[in-house]
Amino acid sequence: MSTWLSGRDVARLLRAHLPDAVEEEADDCLAVYPGALLDTCRHLQRELAIDYLNNLTAVDYLDYIEVVYHLSSLERNHLLTIKVRCYDREHAEVPSLTPLWQGADLQEREVYDLFGVVFAGHPNLKRLLMWEGFLGHPLRKDFVMPPFPQPPGSPVRKRGEELGLD
Amino acid sequence: MTATTFPYDPRELDRREGEEVERLIRGSQLAYVDEDPFMTSMLQENILVSTVDKMLNWARQSSVWPVAFGLACCAIEMMATGMSKYDIARFGMELFRASPRQADLMIVAGRLTWKMAPPLKRIYDQMAEPKWVLSMGFATSGGTFIGGYSMVPGVNLIVPVDVYVPGCPPRPETLLHGLMALQSKIKTESIMQDRLRQRERFFEERGNVLAGLGLPD
Amino acid sequence: MASTSGVPAAQAGLPFSQAGEPVLVNIGPQHPSTHGVLRLRALLDGEVIIDLEPVFGYLHSSMEKLAELRTYTQAITLTDRMDYLAAMSNNLAACLAIEKLADIPVPERALYLRLIMVELQRIASHCMFLGTYPNECGAWSTPWMYSFRDREKILDMFEMCCGQRLTYNYIRPGGVAQDVPPEFAIALRVFLKDMPSRVAEYEELLVENEILIARSKHIGILSREQAINASASGPVLRGSGVLWDIRKADPYLIYDRYDFDVPVGEIGDCWDRFWVRMEEIKESLRILQQCFEEFVELPPGPYRTPVDWVFHPPAGREIYSRIESPRGELGYYLVSDGGANPYRFRVRGPSQINLTALKDMTVGHKVADAIAILGSIDIVMGEVDR
Repeated sequence: MSTWLSGRDVARLLRAHLPDAVEEEADDCLAVYPGALLDTCRHLQRELAIDYLNNLTAVDYLDYIEVVYHLSSLERNHLLTIKVRCYDREHAEVPSLTPLWQGADLQEREVYDLFGVVFAGHPNLKRLLMWEGFLGHPLRKDFVMPPFPQPPGSPVRKRGEELGLD
Repeated sequence: MTATTFPYDPRELDRREGEEVERLIRGSQLAYVDEDPFMTSMLQENILVSTVDKMLNWARQSSVWPVAFGLACCAIEMMATGMSKYDIARFGMELFRASPRQADLMIVAGRLTWKMAPPLKRIYDQMAEPKWVLSMGFATSGGTFIGGYSMVPGVNLIVPVDVYVPGCPPRPETLLHGLMALQSKIKTESIMQDRLRQRERFFEERGNVLAGLGLPD
Repeated sequence: MASTSGVPAAQAGLPFSQAGEPVLVNIGPQHPSTHGVLRLRALLDGEVIIDLEPVFGYLHSSMEKLAELRTYTQAITLTDRMDYLAAMSNNLAACLAIEKLADIPVPERALYLRLIMVELQRIASHCMFLGTYPNECGAWSTPWMYSFRDREKILDMFEMCCGQRLTYNYIRPGGVAQDVPPEFAIALRVFLKDMPSRVAEYEELLVENEILIARSKHIGILSREQAINASASGPVLRGSGVLWDIRKADPYLIYDRYDFDVPVGEIGDCWDRFWVRMEEIKESLRILQQCFEEFVELPPGPYRTPVDWVFHPPAGREIYSRIESPRGELGYYLVSDGGANPYRFRVRGPSQINLTALKDMTVGHKVADAIAILGSIDIVMGEVDR
């Protein structure tokens, strides 16, 4: 049975080596400052034999966008959750994990595509699922789906122009 | 071999593709009407189906070759229709051609996204007359994923459709029923109708309507 | 990150002038062997691929956003359509995550039914693989016709339980949608009796097949370290020599009660991935034999905890739950805000992540091998794009 590592234990482990890395800790996860992400992961690779990246995704809490990483160790069979918060929605930036794990490649592109988080150091950061030239980041909570373009003169389009949408 | 050695910039290719998609979105305002102009005009002109027509139609309906255009789950049911249990070969349709130039029927099997719409239009244009389109499944007609930001709300915005087959995914028997409906539609055609010119005229009328509304085609 | 595995030294150093200029060839999105709508931009020097870029998104159906507009029970209908060849696994992964999120217990009978369904689904999905992979290697439809014959039997059994052949929506939060009719047990018994001989038939046709061996051995090698680094999972990871099966490492349902082995490959070429899946069919049959014997002894009981169709998991909770689907580690990351709809419905699709290493596996091989490598990863585009 896999064990989920407690955020507090991992935070204690990290504080010995990287004192300013941890932003917040809870029982089930750990929030790290963006600048300290790579060092944290390298430290975890050494100490806890974390060698596998299970999942990389993001959640849009309206005050911040949170990038969530699920990491695990295949030999010791434990998992942990790390989160990185970006408070600036216009210029959300997080260091990329591609130098450590190639598996982050496509997942980071997807997060960039759907949330607009830029991953610094990614070799090929461009949209993955939507087409180039699509405006907006669909999975954000404030994304308004572009209305299906209406012919000019139609009442729907007039109403949209009144409301200032397009 | 870490750096890309493409002579063309992949981002430029992506950008061109994105522009094509955006252009197609704006040009797909009007759905192709389902009433078959061939059939209505024929009823109006009251042409009786002659023996030559009967033979031609029999030949055409018995050897409709679909183009392999499986997109999503409906493609699996399309494959199952082609397999031994729900044999599609008894209708003469077992040859799923890879090239659209050699095919008569395009079974749009699976949900259509805007990114996939330009290739669909291109494949439809490459098919030679006589050609038919069968919209398979509920999602293709804009059902299952309605409200999605990347979905085409109905494949009849991109190409004119002859038969709609409901289901999510439709059972192989449903697909066979749809194919038999297509066969009965083919039976009503006539060699007197110049399909190519009629279709060109149909597209021209649609382009005129769109231009009148101030939209690209 | 670079790997020139499988490149003969002479070809790696081949100057362009001998083969002409490099040619950019577009494979897909409409192509008979891209397993759906995958587009590969391949840069070819003669017939050798020197660079490969996969382009996704042709089937992106905004399912994660749509799931935020639906209740948890309704969102399960969306999960069917992601990995449409293993819809039961999708349903199960979603339901396990939802049940952990909302603390919904599951009765004993439902555990058995779920396991039977998921293992049957694994066999059906691998039957599809046994059809498509030899197709990629040139056997056109012959093995496909045979394996679909067995797949149809499984689909008939599924239809008996829930009325659907492909997108079931059978596994619901709290259990299963409805109990199985008595014909199901009879059909399953007959299937379990006949299937081993069919599998022996496939082995005879395919495993010692000279052409398949020539097309698969030493093609598309993914080393052990690279597989772990690229987050590969499922048969792709096991084919590269890593013994990691979530059914053993992190058991869900009642897998810990049964005795089964996990096939592991040696070097991680296409042949190993093919062989791993062939063996997995046999192991699934083994699990089913054991589970079925216990299932028929079960007294009749509830198959679903009566939960409202619309329920509200506690706010602020999140869960990452994973299962071993036929394609790899299928993970669901759900975040709840106390409402009836999920706040975030993330699906970790194994097919998408297994494709991370596609470029490294393919560069240096010929175009025809690229198709075989893609076939051996066994992707489903519905899961890659969601």
